[in-house]
Amino acid sequence: MLKKRMDIKLILALIPFCILIIGFELLPAVSVVMESFTGNEGGFSLEQYVSAFTKMFYLQSIKNSLMISAVSSCIGIIAGLFIAYAITKVSEQTRTRVLMISNMTSNFAGIPLAFAYIILLGSNGIFTILFEQWGLPIFSGFNLYSWSGLILVYVYFQIPLAALLLYPTFYGIREEWREASALLGASTYHFWRRIALPILLPAAAGTFTILFANAMGAYATAYALLGGNYNLLVIRIGSLVAGDVFTRPQLGSALAMVLGLTMVLSLWINERLMRRVRRDLG
Amino acid sequence: MKKGRAFPRVILTATLIYLLIPLLATLLYSVAKSWQNTILPESWTLGWFRDLFMDPRFTLSLWRTLWICFLSVGLSVVVMLPTIFIVVVYLPRLEKLLNVLVLIPYAAPGVVMAVGLIKLYSSGPVAIAGTMWILVGVYFVAVLPYMYQGIRNSMRTIRTIDLIEAAELLGASKLMAFRRIIVPNVLPGIRVSVLLSFSILFGEFVLANLLVGGQFETIQIYLYHRLSESGHLASAVVICYFLVILILSGILLALSGILGRQSTAASKKGSGQ
Repeated sequence: MLKKRMDIKLILALIPFCILIIGFELLPAVSVVMESFTGNEGGFSLEQYVSAFTKMFYLQSIKNSLMISAVSSCIGIIAGLFIAYAITKVSEQTRTRVLMISNMTSNFAGIPLAFAYIILLGSNGIFTILFEQWGLPIFSGFNLYSWSGLILVYVYFQIPLAALLLYPTFYGIREEWREASALLGASTYHFWRRIALPILLPAAAGTFTILFANAMGAYATAYALLGGNYNLLVIRIGSLVAGDVFTRPQLGSALAMVLGLTMVLSLWINERLMRRVRRDLG
Repeated sequence: MKKGRAFPRVILTATLIYLLIPLLATLLYSVAKSWQNTILPESWTLGWFRDLFMDPRFTLSLWRTLWICFLSVGLSVVVMLPTIFIVVVYLPRLEKLLNVLVLIPYAAPGVVMAVGLIKLYSSGPVAIAGTMWILVGVYFVAVLPYMYQGIRNSMRTIRTIDLIEAAELLGASKLMAFRRIIVPNVLPGIRVSVLLSFSILFGEFVLANLLVGGQFETIQIYLYHRLSESGHLASAVVICYFLVILILSGILLALSGILGRQSTAASKKGSGQ
């Protein structure tokens, strides 16, 4: 039997981990919580949260972030469902190639991605100029440095993520089930409606929460594309704590709490939903 | 049957084109001399790459980034191996707690992490904000979820507890058993998480920008500064950056048995956005 006695050396060996985790995870977390409940003049106060939820400027940044995350995640999920379905229908070789490229482009995010879109669709972008020359007004009303531009860029990193997260579920829907249901007289419509959809929905909803959290926390893409010019929650937090002009760390902390709680909530919902998917797929 | 096959192919082809266009555009832009109003550039040059490699700021920032990634991931391996080993073998009751601690960074976006760190380390006894040390610390935390998963799985595969029991029966001390048996057996199994962590940190921008900024210019920060100056030069930076990432993920794929475990891809939350 293993000697489970603890000796002093074992405890000592845990010290580096404890120092790092306390210094760079727990203390910063405690500091954010405490700061967020500190008033501008010091002392305990809910002032910062009141500002965050009543001042138009901050409220708008929260709304913008929620909207952009929700819309880009919806588009991501819909495209992802089709791609995930297609991935399960092609040959092994094609599948490997598609997965490899999706995986590769998932590294193409943040500043390089924003930059690529500036080359393509910015004010002097290749497509912008080309389409103008050809007289195709597809992008005439389109402005990359705006809400719709941000959505377009976010969708680019949401789609491969959605496809990668969703395609295992499509594999879970076995061919035998389709055969069995066909034998029992179900049409293709009935198969999708009664069997596939109930399995796919929780998986899609779970993936949605991941994409949503992903977009809420995305900073570099928006920062590179719009600098501080677009009012997003992450951008506001960044400039409140490390801005060039003036900083308000307490308010920044309160907004960081709002963002952090949104993330935790989405990941918690995801965990619940995925548990159901795993149960369904046995 | 044929009709059923065509639909998926169309979808996938469209997807690949969609995913590759921004990359291709960047690549073409980096070797284009002038590119105004044609589909392909009018003339070509490798001059942007030459300028780039002549720029000491670029080479310095590249080395800095490699160095800090190496340092943080190395620290993670050196600290996490014994920690997870001790908790798994001798303190199993603490495993739940450890699990929660290492998953927190997964839920906390970089901006949120930065807020607390700036407050703590801008002044006071440990004023390391603006130096590379604050980055090493926070990068250690940032890659915890991936490193923990890798080390824990690897320890499970080699059946650590059985091995240790056998070693102790044969008279090995704890330290000896850890050094001679556990470390060499676990290391091959964590190559994937090491490379994954490395490539995540290589593309990290948020923490570097907010915590250190221009005082320790990493490749991403360098790229950000170049964006406003020269588009062609910036795209050359992107291509170099992407080549490093490609090499890393190439090794990664080869190691993980080409998508034998989709979990690495799936569990990878978009990191650099």
